[in-house]
Amino acid sequence: MYTVADLKKGLKITLDGDPYLVIAFDFTKPGKGQALYRTKMRNMINGTILDRTYRSGETFEPASLEERQMEYLYKEGTHYTFMDQQTYEQVVMEEDAMGDAKNYLLENLKVDVLLFGEKAIGVTLPNFVNLRVVQTDPWAKGDTSGNDSKPATVETGYVLRVPPFIEEGELITIDTRTGEYSTRVKG
Amino acid sequence: MDSRDSNLYQRANIIRSIRDFFVSKGFLEVETPQRIPANAPEEHIEPFRSGERFMHTSPEICMKRLLCRGHGKIFQICRCWRSDERGRRHVPEFTMLEWYRTHSDYRDLMVDCEELLAWVAEACQTAGKMPDKNRLDGWFEKAQRITVREAFARFAATDMETAVRNGSFDELMVTAVEPALPQGAPVILMDYPAAVAALARLKPDDPAVAERFELYAGGLELANGFSELNDPVEQRLRFEAANRTRLELGSAPLPLPEPFLRELAAMPPSAGIALGVDRLVMLCTAAERIDDVLAFTPEEL
Repeated sequence: MYTVADLKKGLKITLDGDPYLVIAFDFTKPGKGQALYRTKMRNMINGTILDRTYRSGETFEPASLEERQMEYLYKEGTHYTFMDQQTYEQVVMEEDAMGDAKNYLLENLKVDVLLFGEKAIGVTLPNFVNLRVVQTDPWAKGDTSGNDSKPATVETGYVLRVPPFIEEGELITIDTRTGEYSTRVKG
Repeated sequence: MDSRDSNLYQRANIIRSIRDFFVSKGFLEVETPQRIPANAPEEHIEPFRSGERFMHTSPEICMKRLLCRGHGKIFQICRCWRSDERGRRHVPEFTMLEWYRTHSDYRDLMVDCEELLAWVAEACQTAGKMPDKNRLDGWFEKAQRITVREAFARFAATDMETAVRNGSFDELMVTAVEPALPQGAPVILMDYPAAVAALARLKPDDPAVAERFELYAGGLELANGFSELNDPVEQRLRFEAANRTRLELGSAPLPLPEPFLRELAAMPPSAGIALGVDRLVMLCTAAERIDDVLAFTPEEL
């Protein structure tokens, strides 16, 4: 159990059944008045920002959060299924909670899944993933248009800009933090 | 030298200029004991214990006893202690400036405030260490006076009386009124509800409010002053009421300052005010946090 004295930026608490991250916090005390703890927090599931003011004596439930390495298995409709390789326990995550991660998910990719109780609420990918290019136009030799990149579609369906020399069937490395092309994988 | 260390020079300069100001106006500088048997009990101020005594949360009790003894214009710059207060604008041990004048009321203090801010701004600007000299220009202007009732009517969704009744006064003050106060020239928020002015005299033509005001500069609450209550019977009742509220809030009741209550009848009509020196330095140095104007924060010890 947390008290108002524990409130600080980065604290994770449970509110109305959802996990929240405290993103801003200010202690105020108007002249001769009572202490007020003004907080701004973000719902860790849907991203909603909430402003709440607390008074001395109020308490908070900590958010029980756990990060576990799991392997991505498959997608069905808008559900993504992951499995813990140690316990064979499976969790399902909604597409909404996946964010950009869904652009890089290939079967058997190992990722860190953030669990709130039993519920999967987020996924952290490796910084770099390798994906195969399934469609891109060939580089027209002698192209003088000055374009130094062209669109390419990778096997997950994600479309990004790549250098002109990249051809269909090649394996490329993508930086999952920016979503941008990083290098070509030789061989 | 980083900004925090250069702020120490500004701080010394500001404290020197405060002294010069009050000496030039004929005030006597006093030092009163900081470890005392009893503070004025307040609902929301927690004193530190020191053996059988308390660290003072403000020098007001002893300074008013000096008024009872016949001193007319006194000031003090001292450390004060308030437990459980830590934030961007709060540390549990801080520096307070208090001044008192007999045969005066809160309107005289307002003029003192305006003259003091102009004096300090002048001292900062001539010290030549300020990067943005024009920032304090507003302090040479007359402070804008707004009553609390008017401020709630203009800036809050609830009127002052209702806010006091339903317990939302403090919250609305912090979330709605303070952020909406004009910037630039200092602001004087005046005539607080009687319920939140335990040591202040009620306004004769409007007894629902007390002759209490708060000085704001740059959006920061800087000082709290009032026409002092000098009726010992009424003062005891208000202290006892504060202790009852403390009990309801789960805080221990506090002993009453009996010698002060005994002598209070001898106090001429007076006015007194407390100003946070650390915050004044924050404003003069454009510091975001009180930490930036302290030699050491409590956490660094």
